[in-house]
Formats: sequence, structure tokens, C-alpha cells
Amino acid sequence: MIYLAQTYFIEVMTIILYCLLIFIPLLLGVVMALYADRKIWAAVQKRRGPNVVGPYGLFQVPADGLKFIFKEIILPDGSDKTVFLIAPIITLALSIAAWAVVPVQAGVVLANINVGILYIFAISSLGVYGILMAGWSSNSKYPFFGALRSAAQMVSYEVSIGFVIITVLLCVGSLNLTEIVMAQKTMWFFIPLFPMFIVFFISALAETNRPPFDLPEAESELVAGYQTEYSGMPFVLFMFGEYINILLMCAMTTILFLGGWLPPIDIYPLNAIPGFVWFLLKVTFVFYLFAMVKAFVPRYRYDQLMRLGWKVFLPLSLFAVVATSSILFFFNLAPGM
Amino acid sequence: MKIINFLKPFLLLDFLKAFYLAQKYFFRKKATINYPFEKGKLSPRFRGEHALRRYPSGEERCIGCKLCEAVCPAQAITIETQPRDDGTRRTLRYDIDMVKCIYCGLCEESCPVDAIVQGPNFEFTTETRKELYYTKEKLLENGDRWETVIAENLEADAKYR
Repeated sequence: MIYLAQTYFIEVMTIILYCLLIFIPLLLGVVMALYADRKIWAAVQKRRGPNVVGPYGLFQVPADGLKFIFKEIILPDGSDKTVFLIAPIITLALSIAAWAVVPVQAGVVLANINVGILYIFAISSLGVYGILMAGWSSNSKYPFFGALRSAAQMVSYEVSIGFVIITVLLCVGSLNLTEIVMAQKTMWFFIPLFPMFIVFFISALAETNRPPFDLPEAESELVAGYQTEYSGMPFVLFMFGEYINILLMCAMTTILFLGGWLPPIDIYPLNAIPGFVWFLLKVTFVFYLFAMVKAFVPRYRYDQLMRLGWKVFLPLSLFAVVATSSILFFFNLAPGM
Repeated sequence: MKIINFLKPFLLLDFLKAFYLAQKYFFRKKATINYPFEKGKLSPRFRGEHALRRYPSGEERCIGCKLCEAVCPAQAITIETQPRDDGTRRTLRYDIDMVKCIYCGLCEESCPVDAIVQGPNFEFTTETRKELYYTKEKLLENGDRWETVIAENLEADAKYR
């Protein structure tokens, strides 16, 4: 009995340790992403951005977080309080859960499962529930509209993201994220699949509710969308969930198209650098693109958003699936055939 | 031509152009200043916090003519006067309600002896409303503190008055 407890205890502790190993860098990543987001946005507008709290304003985000912790959590009178409080927890938990299968280096991954990409896709689809619950339980018109828009948007863009992922999977022959990266040893997929890379990037923006597709929280129309009634910690949970999702989408872009942890060229000084550094650099680069797009692209109108999703990206990605598989079949390139 | 128009959105030309422009502005000189540490230049005419000045001898300038009180469009100034022992008229009270004040500068303009002036200070926020009801003591203290700058500014602006 004692033996059993000991073994289980050690096992559980190792799992918790692994989780912390993902969670803490992720939190740091979110803090840096928020900071970078504000700095880049400011720089494009010739402003300075946060620069007072700490060196170069680096402590601005932790200070903001601390402020939110001490703020009152306001529960609207007419709201469904249980659902209202569960919604941000679901959003955050799901967005962190997706990181379990993201490989940052060869072999460095919490769960190296065979259907990694499917798992991420499933988890990020579930993410919409957090937003829907938040919008519905607030019992207020703006959150409700925000949630409706958000649900419609995420569902439409998930379709094209799915087809883009299928084109990549056709070239790999495996659903395992590590194998997807290893398949790019000779050539990163963004070269042969460049149009799909663009489609994926734009869909990722829409999927994470980033500008120019931030309709669910379009402040000029909907105050703050589904977050309107939230304050204090629940709001922080939403914020963190959202940014972890953004980082996840950056990581997905890196893994699917930019060769994950692989160096650009497999020669000496470059491949001596550990893989996670390359991974980090690439994620940073993709996030930089995200932040720049936020800075210079005006927000889409709702019907334009839907048109882009269903009338442009869906046929385009569908065509790409057919074209890729035809080419792979015709030239006998398909892996595993 | 039609083909080009059809292909244009697919090539993301506008997007790339915007990206290039944003990147160009990214490295431009900042338009904003680092405010609490560096400040923008103020004109000598700047109408900030009020101050009552003194003559170099230490005698207060205000003679209690009540021109400023009369001209003040917001009726923010309250003055009470009394003859002093040496026979000159001096103010007993000189209150400015900084909450009412609209910083129009008419008091400064109307003053025959350059006693009430609006100095360059604009950072006089307080935590209570009460502290914004300025009394004669507060105004004279302001005058003593800002005298050098105020004198310079009056000098610089003198030829336009």
C-alpha cells in the first residue's frame, strides 16, 4: 500500500512538475507578448508605449495584473453566476491544455501523442464555449452579441484552418506534431505551400479574435464584447486565455509552416544553437507579424468577415487540398503510399 | 486589366505596402515626449497657475483696485480691502477659486501693477477640492516660488503687450 502510494506520488509529482515547466514559461510568454504588443503598436503610431514601470516599462504588465487581482469581482444582478464564473476558467484551462502537445524541441514535449494536431484542433474548437457561456450568462445585450459574433467567426474560420491543416498533413503523412516538424528537414512547408501559409495566418488572426477580426470585442460597436461585464480576476483569466491562444496559434504557424525548432540551414553554427531557441525566435517573429497587423489593418465589417471566410478561404483551401493530393498522387510523392 | 484587378487581393499587394509603411514608421523618431521626465516648451504667454507678485523690496504689489475681480468672467476672484496704517490700500483677502477659473488671463491683463499673473506651472493637482480654493497666502507663496520665471516671461512678452 505504501509502495503504491509512493510510486503514484512520485508519478503525480513529476506530471505536476512537467505542467509547471510548461505553465510558467507560458505565463512569462504571455506577459512578454502583452508588453510587445503594446510596444509595437505604440512604435508604429510613433508613440513610446509603456516605459515607466520598471526598466523599459517591463513591469507594466505584472503591475496591471496585480491591479486586477485587487479589484472587486462584480457579478451582474441578472447574470447566471455559476456559468458567469466558470466561463473564464474554461477559456483559460482549454487554452493551456492545448499546449500539452506542442513540441518546443526534438523530444521536449509533455505528451507526444499520435494525434497531436487533432487534439489541438479539438481543444481550440472547444474554446468557443467559454466565450459563448460568458456572453450568455452576462444577461446583457453587448456580451450576447459579442458571443454570437465570436461563435460564428470561430466556427467559420475553423473550417478553412482544418483544410489548411489537411494539406500539411498530406505532405507529412502523420498527425504527430514532432513528425510534422521533422518532415520539414529539407524544406519548410511555407515555401511549397505558400498560399496555404497566408490562409492559415489570416485564419489564425480570425480564430484568436485578433484585429483586424476583433469583431467580438469591437469597442466602437459592442463596448468590449463578451468581456463587458467582467472585472478583476475573471477578466484576467479571459485576457490570459486569449493571449495563450494567440501564442498557441503562433506556435502552430511555426510548427506547421516554419519548421518548428529546425534551424534555417542545417550547417554548423546554426544547428549548434539549441532547438527551443529557434522555436522561440520563430514564435516571436510570427507574433511580431500578428502585432504589426493589429497596428495597420482596419477592422473588417461583419459581412466582409463572413464573405472572406466562406467565399474566399473555404473554396481556396478546398481547392488546395484537392490540388496538393493530386500532385502528391501524380508524382508519387505522398508519404506512406 | 481585369485580370490584374482580380489577382490583386490574392497577391496581398496592399497588405505588403501597408506593412512596409508601418515598418517605416516603426523606426521613425517618436512624436511623443517622455512627459514627467521631459516637458514640452511653453510660451512665455502660457496661462497656468496664478501667483501674486511682490516688489523687490518685499512689498506686495497688489493695491486692491478690484479690477481683476470685476473683469473675471467666471467670478472666481474675491477681494476684500482695507487701508493700512501707512495710508495705502491693501487686500485683506485675495481668494481665487481655481475650480471656477477658466484660465482666460483677463485678471493678468487688467492688473495695473502686474500683481496677479498666471505663471508657467500647470501641475498643481490636489487630492481635495478644498486645496484648490487659493488664498492670498498661497498666491503670494506661488509668487515667491515662481518669481524668476515669471519675471523672465513678462520681460520676453513685454514688447507684445
